[in-house]
Amino acid sequence: MVERYESINSESTGMSGDTAKPRGTTKWLLSTNAILVYVFFYAPIILLLIFSFSDNRNVGTWGGFTLDWYREFAANEPIQDSIWISVKVALVSTGVSVVLGTMAALALERFRFRGDRVFDGLLYLPIIIPDVTMAVMMLLFFSQFLDLIDSVLGIQITKGFTTIAISHIAFSISFVSIVVRARLAGMDERLEEAALDLYATRWKTFRHITLPQIAPGVAGGALLALTLSLDDVVITQFVSGPGATTLPVYVFGLIRRGVTPLINSVSVLMLAASVLLVILSLLAQRTTGSKGPPADADTDDEPSRVGI
Amino acid sequence: MTITEIVAPEPSGDENEVAAATPEFERAAKRAASRRGFLIALPAYFYLVLFFAIPLVIVMVYSFATRNRFGGTDLSGWNLDAYRKLSEPLVRDILFRSLWLALITTVICLIIAYPFSYYLATRTPTIRNVMLVFVMIPFWTNFLVRNYAWRVLLGTNGPVSKATDFVGLGDTRILFTPTAVVIGLVYGFLPFMILPLYASLERIDLGLVEASRDLYANGFQTFRRILLPLSMPGVIAGSILVFIPSLGAYVTPEILGGAKTTLLGSYIVTQFLTARNWPVGASLSFTLTVVMLFATILYFRKGGRTL
Repeated sequence: MVERYESINSESTGMSGDTAKPRGTTKWLLSTNAILVYVFFYAPIILLLIFSFSDNRNVGTWGGFTLDWYREFAANEPIQDSIWISVKVALVSTGVSVVLGTMAALALERFRFRGDRVFDGLLYLPIIIPDVTMAVMMLLFFSQFLDLIDSVLGIQITKGFTTIAISHIAFSISFVSIVVRARLAGMDERLEEAALDLYATRWKTFRHITLPQIAPGVAGGALLALTLSLDDVVITQFVSGPGATTLPVYVFGLIRRGVTPLINSVSVLMLAASVLLVILSLLAQRTTGSKGPPADADTDDEPSRVGI
Repeated sequence: MTITEIVAPEPSGDENEVAAATPEFERAAKRAASRRGFLIALPAYFYLVLFFAIPLVIVMVYSFATRNRFGGTDLSGWNLDAYRKLSEPLVRDILFRSLWLALITTVICLIIAYPFSYYLATRTPTIRNVMLVFVMIPFWTNFLVRNYAWRVLLGTNGPVSKATDFVGLGDTRILFTPTAVVIGLVYGFLPFMILPLYASLERIDLGLVEASRDLYANGFQTFRRILLPLSMPGVIAGSILVFIPSLGAYVTPEILGGAKTTLLGSYIVTQFLTARNWPVGASLSFTLTVVMLFATILYFRKGGRTL
């Protein structure tokens, strides 16, 4: 996404004359506001980081440096278990939704077929629908159908990993397909046609022409699916069973029972994990993104996450 | 769809035959493409029908059902009782409180984000990119953790109460009040406002601002007559993107709000997990979805492209 801004910036800076730039009091107010926004964004995170090392049972009060809370974290088995479930769910739901979402994007962007409008609408709904409604939907669905599946197919599904993964895939497909579609829309279709003209099979065309072109979009969609899965509390809470839940839901339960320094340390580690993900994705985009077409396609990348 | 498909079945024979056959070929090719598209869409289509559309229909069915004496739900005998409950004072208060807090959150985000985005849009490309990355980081970090951070900050003897004490405001108690919820919501959703606003402000030709200043418009007039109308798509997009999740918020009010600030999200969850009145929970969820749907349609009507 960084590349995109550069390409647009270089155009618009030519237009911005000196008088357009804010001056005097306005300039002062604007820059103060900007500084305050960054303080607002980062002060809570930094303070949380500091307090996670504080040797004081009362969170939010400094009591000397300690690593006790991280040790407590390392020794806490329910948390370790929930981390394992979180990672499994995130990987499975990202994998499945990337494949299904990319296929959905290809179908809608490249073909006309019967029912495509309905499919398009269906694909948008999980993005618009509030988390709480989605949670209710999955709860009622599983309460109706788990017994049915058991009696008809003989597969016993208990609430836990399977139900959480099914629900996460259900909302991730849409986000992946939106990001990939944006990328596909900016791609030159004639490249695919040329490959087909040169007797490449459909699969070869996809593998060697389409996929490399949409790779940044697919990667962006994957990152989005991963983040959404690791972020979700409400839906997971409704479909998880006793003893089988993800880290955010477990931590959410802890917070509701009262804040403890242990939560501080867990939070900081979760924070570190998400920052690491962002940095990795920025690095990945730096290498793959520059090869892709400088199309407007990326415009839709970030605001797409916004719709959650 | 593609040229190859139409040409592919090599037409042999004289010109007349080709002319007669072409529409047929074209139709066959179209059918083949349509079938192929459908097959590619099928896995996701099937998945979403099974695990999204059917659950949505079930919610709708439940919203017309009745709660029996044992906390279960009778699916026979549809009625509108659960919807009637929405007009009861308790539920109405929760509805209005949720709407009000979501509105305040949206307005505060707009007031903070507009000047910020304008500042961002008038920077040099290098500075802009750095600034944007630092907006994106909180945007991607774990939502629960970001709300929890405020719980720590606003707690008793926490940094904020110490600071207000130091300034001389006394020991103000913000945690578990609507104010705390609004702070948490603004903190959570501010990037949703900044990004679309920046995107629309950045597209504006700043020469127009320059021209307006040259023609002796003052700063406010330039904002009112030039910037604001041109950035309206961004304002609307950002507002909807903040308003929708604020209205359905669950995590933030649960962590930062108190017993007196029950919002829609928490109320729905309670109906399912503790009160066991599924029909009422279902009818509220369904109503909320319809409201969101209308807001989104409005957004697209106003020229929003991205979600």
